[in-house]
Amino acid sequence: MAVSSLAGIDETTLVAQARENDARAFAELVRRYEAKIFRLAQHITQNREDAEDVLQETFLKAYEHLDQFQGNSKFYTWIVRIAVNQALMKLRRRKTDRSVSLDDTIDTGEDTITREIAAWDEDPEERFSREELGGILDSAIQSLAPPYRSVFVLRDMDELSTEETAEALGLSVPAVKSRLLRARLQLREKLTRSFKRKGDDAFAYL
Amino acid sequence: MLTCRDFLNELSDYLEDSGDAETRAKLEQHITECPNCWVIADTTKRTIQIYKGMDPYPMPADVEDRLMRALEKKMAAKQH
Repeated sequence: MAVSSLAGIDETTLVAQARENDARAFAELVRRYEAKIFRLAQHITQNREDAEDVLQETFLKAYEHLDQFQGNSKFYTWIVRIAVNQALMKLRRRKTDRSVSLDDTIDTGEDTITREIAAWDEDPEERFSREELGGILDSAIQSLAPPYRSVFVLRDMDELSTEETAEALGLSVPAVKSRLLRARLQLREKLTRSFKRKGDDAFAYL
Repeated sequence: MLTCRDFLNELSDYLEDSGDAETRAKLEQHITECPNCWVIADTTKRTIQIYKGMDPYPMPADVEDRLMRALEKKMAAKQH
């Protein structure tokens, strides 16, 4: 599609226009959020094909049910909730062959133990190319258990509030907080392996 | 006395500057005395910052194409 002249228009106006069946306004909303929704779907489903299905189903459903969007939450929060539901349905359908679920029981407590305690370089990111850095960050997230992963992506990458995250995932606020803490600590631990100050691990060879 | 485990349990509140003043003072006290917890707090904060600053990858052209085509079909159907 051609570059839109709607790029500068605020979200509330676009939603109102889209509700009046303005296809260009809805397409602009899609363009604003599609990459984030696709990322979220990939993180939850861990499968590109499923993620693409989720992406399409999310925006088709959003378009279909636009009149149900109340406007008392952000449009993005509303479509995130649709995307999470679609992604969870995918996982449930897949559960027969591979057992992945957001509801997997998670071991609490033990995983807050930190083993890797080392200061990082001043700018560890500069040791790596953009691609390498992306690879390190992605694989760290992929290694998280699904219940931690979805909370981390919504809360720290998509920057939803704790309450919005709880609502989108159907969790209590305390559950979001405890999963978020564990996700953050586990990621910190994994990134430390790549980012720690050179020389600090000299002791590891003794 | 706050233990390291207590500190870790409150880490999110500490990093987000939330929680009550009394707990906060205890956490501040602990972190000045415990180098390990200082490193963990610092590197956790940087972990969050790195991910926050990470934009999603640009949409693959074929994926975007199929999405827009699916939408156009849906929109055409809604018109009539």
